[in-house]
Amino acid sequence: MRPFSYARPDSLDGALAELAGNQGAPDASAAPVRPVAGGTNLLDLMKADVMRPTRLVDITRLALRGITETGDGGLRLGALSTNAETAWDERVRARYPLLHKAILAGASAQLRNMATNGGNILQRTRCYYFYDTATPCNKRAPGSGCGALTGVNRIHAILGASEHCIATHPSDMAVALAALDATVRVAGPGGERAIPFADFHRLPGDTPHRETTLRPEEVVTAIDLPADNLARHSTYLKARDRASYAFALVSAAVALELEDGVVRGARLALGGVAHKPWRDRDAEALLVGKAPGRAAFAAVADAVLRDAKGHGHNTFKIGLARSVIVRAFEEAAGLEPS
Amino acid sequence: MTHPPQGPIPLTLAVNGRELALHVAPWTTLLDLLRLHLDLTGTKKGCDHGQCGACTVLVDGTRINACLALAVMQDGKSVTTIEGLSRGDELHPLQAAFIEHDAFQCGYCTPGQICSAVGMLAEGHAEGPDDIREQMSGNICRCGAYPNIVRAIGEVMGAGR
Amino acid sequence: MIPIPRMPGLLEGPTTQVGKPVSRVDGRLKVTGAARYAGEHAIPGLLHGYVVSSAIAKGRVTRIDTGKAMAVPGVVHILTHENRPDLAWLDRKWKDQDAPKGSPLRPLYDANVSHSLQPVALVVAESFEAARLAARLVEVAYEAEPHQTSLLMNRDITFTPGKDKGGFEPPPAPRGDADAALAAAEVSVDLEFTQAAEYHNPIEMHASTVEYHPDGSLTIHDKTQGVLNCQSWVCGVFNLPKSSVRVLSPFVGGAFGSGLRPQHQLFLAVLAALALKRSVRVELSRPQMFSFGHRPETWQRVALGASRDGTLTALVHEAVQESSQAENYVEIVVNWSGQQYRCDNVRLDYRLSRLDVHTPLDQRAPGAATGVPALEVAMDELAWKLGMDPIQLRLKNYAEADPNTGKPFSSKELRACFRQGAERFGWPDHLPPPRSMRDGRELVGWGMAAGVWDAMQNPASAKATLGANGKLSIATASSDIGTGTYTVLAQVAAEVLGLETADVAVEIGDSSLPQAPIQGGSWTVSSVGSAVKAACDQLAKRLHALARDAEGSPLAGVGSVRFADGHVVAQDDPSRRMPIQQVMRAAGLPVLEEKALSVPYALGRLRHTLGTHSAVFVEVRVDAELGTVRVTRVVSAIAAGRIINPKTAGSQILGAVVWGVGMALEEEAMTDHTLGRVMNHDLAEYHVPVSADIPDIDVVFVEEHDEVVNALGAKGVGEIGIVGVPAAISNAIFHATGVRVRDLPITVDKIRAGLAALP
Repeated sequence: MRPFSYARPDSLDGALAELAGNQGAPDASAAPVRPVAGGTNLLDLMKADVMRPTRLVDITRLALRGITETGDGGLRLGALSTNAETAWDERVRARYPLLHKAILAGASAQLRNMATNGGNILQRTRCYYFYDTATPCNKRAPGSGCGALTGVNRIHAILGASEHCIATHPSDMAVALAALDATVRVAGPGGERAIPFADFHRLPGDTPHRETTLRPEEVVTAIDLPADNLARHSTYLKARDRASYAFALVSAAVALELEDGVVRGARLALGGVAHKPWRDRDAEALLVGKAPGRAAFAAVADAVLRDAKGHGHNTFKIGLARSVIVRAFEEAAGLEPS
Repeated sequence: MTHPPQGPIPLTLAVNGRELALHVAPWTTLLDLLRLHLDLTGTKKGCDHGQCGACTVLVDGTRINACLALAVMQDGKSVTTIEGLSRGDELHPLQAAFIEHDAFQCGYCTPGQICSAVGMLAEGHAEGPDDIREQMSGNICRCGAYPNIVRAIGEVMGAGR
Repeated sequence: MIPIPRMPGLLEGPTTQVGKPVSRVDGRLKVTGAARYAGEHAIPGLLHGYVVSSAIAKGRVTRIDTGKAMAVPGVVHILTHENRPDLAWLDRKWKDQDAPKGSPLRPLYDANVSHSLQPVALVVAESFEAARLAARLVEVAYEAEPHQTSLLMNRDITFTPGKDKGGFEPPPAPRGDADAALAAAEVSVDLEFTQAAEYHNPIEMHASTVEYHPDGSLTIHDKTQGVLNCQSWVCGVFNLPKSSVRVLSPFVGGAFGSGLRPQHQLFLAVLAALALKRSVRVELSRPQMFSFGHRPETWQRVALGASRDGTLTALVHEAVQESSQAENYVEIVVNWSGQQYRCDNVRLDYRLSRLDVHTPLDQRAPGAATGVPALEVAMDELAWKLGMDPIQLRLKNYAEADPNTGKPFSSKELRACFRQGAERFGWPDHLPPPRSMRDGRELVGWGMAAGVWDAMQNPASAKATLGANGKLSIATASSDIGTGTYTVLAQVAAEVLGLETADVAVEIGDSSLPQAPIQGGSWTVSSVGSAVKAACDQLAKRLHALARDAEGSPLAGVGSVRFADGHVVAQDDPSRRMPIQQVMRAAGLPVLEEKALSVPYALGRLRHTLGTHSAVFVEVRVDAELGTVRVTRVVSAIAAGRIINPKTAGSQILGAVVWGVGMALEEEAMTDHTLGRVMNHDLAEYHVPVSADIPDIDVVFVEEHDEVVNALGAKGVGEIGIVGVPAAISNAIFHATGVRVRDLPITVDKIRAGLAALP
């Protein structure tokens, strides 16, 4: 780790004052002053010499922990609540079982005990080249090239990638949050603002080092889950290379609103396939008004994956994603195997 | 804007019931503090990146990976390591069960496995062998003692009900 | 029938300690965290070394700028090829006991880079953190040369190695005409197999702590499977007398072969300690655990011909493996194929292809874990083609004597493995057709395979010391890498002298103790256990003599005694007995000590083939649509002679089955051939099995009596457990799905491709 200084403010204002110096940084992920809470991704990357902040602001003493009602039937997940606290919260389990399942599909129990909600959605790609400073990576070292494009890319993106970067976002929780239309609440020098989840993460384009719309001087304070009636018909399905403690090859968070045997609303978010949790509202709309069933689900999958592109090792993910989508919808709809 | 690196920071920590007043560099992890500064080498370093679980300790009763925790961030907390589980000569029931069921071979991942199991039982989300397998999957045992680990934990879990 | 020569001094009759499921005697130290491993010894003034690893796969270091690194507070020194002290030049000085033919790597010797992640510098600092930081700041410039790291692209550029490594014989000459017989066979299969390179990845990362004493001598705590190997290697490379170098490894956090050769962290730690005249520790990082030996990537062809009744008429097994440019690592994966089944026409061929990689290194059941599964998948494919039960096909061609040599087996209870394993598993008389068993969304499949490994033995010595308190101490320079050596040696000693296992203290992992071979190849019980028995036999002989001669002895004139409950007891009259402690008191001896050398029983070994055998049965469930696999049941039936401790031996088999699951389904070093570098060099992306991957595993030890292998009748169990497993899993996946994947690991993408290609 590069040497750094350490601050432990006890208020949000104190933390924001520390982060004020980040103005002008190209992206929060590359800012010199970084908030730290769970530290599970940040310290990992600092040890690998991929991230080199000069000051860490310990935000764990801030009053951002806890899960509360939003007043309109939704839940507010404190940025500092751990992934484990969130997954096992009775209200989350009852009202957002999809989120419960997604969080528990990620990492290990120890890491979930440390990792916070704010940190989870800010975690960075697991691309081998991003982690290995001896290799090219446009995300880590803009302009150095993308090693994965023609290299080992088994775990890489099939949707929304660019010639500059084919990395994926590794979070499971974020996939569920995308499906649930969550809102990320952030605080900065100008006060608070809310970012719709779909707008929080970026696609790589020609600036893969810019990962989120969080400004370098801002801090995530909470994630809001809107009220919905998706709980009954929802699930999170994750395909991976071992049964636990592995990142998704492909995952799907799905939810259906069913009424009289007809789909009134459908949600689908994919993990492991793109630089951000992948939503395709046009494809979801194909289900509305239809009876849930294999053919209808397959049509959604085909629509989501119409522009999918493999790079060699990861080309199998296109077919795998199709199977995962269909299966996840079948499970959500309570359809038994034929 | 850059910031000059900082010298050692004061830190109070209870380790296995002993109150310690220390000074550590901000970049020292809890794992390196335990192993290198306090000579508590029972907590193991198997990857230093949160990928193996060998460094699992209990902080305020919760199992975490000590390799990804900064020591300074544990100020005021209570840390229990494998060295703090037994009472004198009397082993913790999990320690005894691990010996009885031969739930280890080389022994290197073992302290992490045992601390993780203590944490898992406290969490109270495991009900049977499949839950144990899933919830203990953050502790890699390269010797492959998993079936015996599951049995050892299952026995203690059963006795605790 | 040739009369079987008997092992002299064979342990016979009922036993009280041997065969008991004794809990590990070192268990308490391990579950309390008190056991200290190589990188855990606190030494005042200790310096920490951190390795700088090469970014390129081949070429030269043209410049090393250490300016920024040296400026880091706490950095003491940076060693590179430019400033290293004098080192031995002759290759033989760099050879260790496990070195294959060729020139061993000499880290920091010159500017040459021969593989990615090769050490190019060592930063030494007052703290671990300073060393790690400074290592990042060392600026290294390279002149890269074109490299080759792909075995499949270099499969045709090969050579045939000779007897280039101890323990591995070149393939036997062909017998009959296998190719003609294959062409003429009524039924045949002709298959290609590939297997990814695998890294050992013990959870303890390789570390060495070198304690520098004022007189220039060194005490080295090393992660090694052989303290004597490391001692002599350090002495050779650094031109030191043995009296100045003591190597210790009482606890080893897993190794699986990675500690057979001295690794570069040992070299670098000693180099730094000698250069700075200070104590130094060097610990590798997890990515650096991918910087040295590995199970080599392999291409194989297995072709079998048979008559319609299942009689094998042709067997061809060809293999090409990677080795480095400088050394000929061999593990002759094909030889067991000539030994396992009776067949008149056999051709075995083994070649190497040189790549720009680190020299591969023995990994659990080296050779057999790669070659036997290929054969066993081919046997399964042949069985399906013949419409024959796979066990019946194996029994039909069962080798009563070793077909490679014509020699009888010293013992071979493989039939019992088939029978007992099948019974425990519930293997049906008629296996339902492939892809016919379904449970919900999953396809269920059953597969089986046989396994074989050699029962080797090396010369070893041990010292047995009986104290006035009746406690026995055993000392030998062996190690316990998790195998249970401490425990089984105590049991053997207790057995011979009629003591309780708890009355025996075992000291190992110290180069100052009596000679023992490196721990590998499943030969430790056979070698070191025999030495312990020999030393205790000598003690017993002396006690007998002393007891007979003691004044007023109840054993006066007794010609034959046994040892039980801490007593010397007349063989024919249990009432005539004398406590061991009293014998020693009567003789005025506070301590009795015996040292013995045991050597393999050459005559018996010359006339026999000695091996362990197994039959493995596996159930898998494959998601019919997703292609994901779960192993849901495993039965492993093992014939390995006498089992000294069914608890620790059972764990060896469990662990090896887990390794087999990893090999079959998960483990794969993914190399970027443009960079010549393994990219998934950590435990997040190099997948080894986790608890959720592993079902309950049923281990069966079948009775096997062997009077040739050694005085204990025990063959060793470290390797045999893995050998059949990848094939049994592969065969079960075929049975579940109708899909054959002959490229390990069998990951979801390969299964999906197979499912998509089904008619």
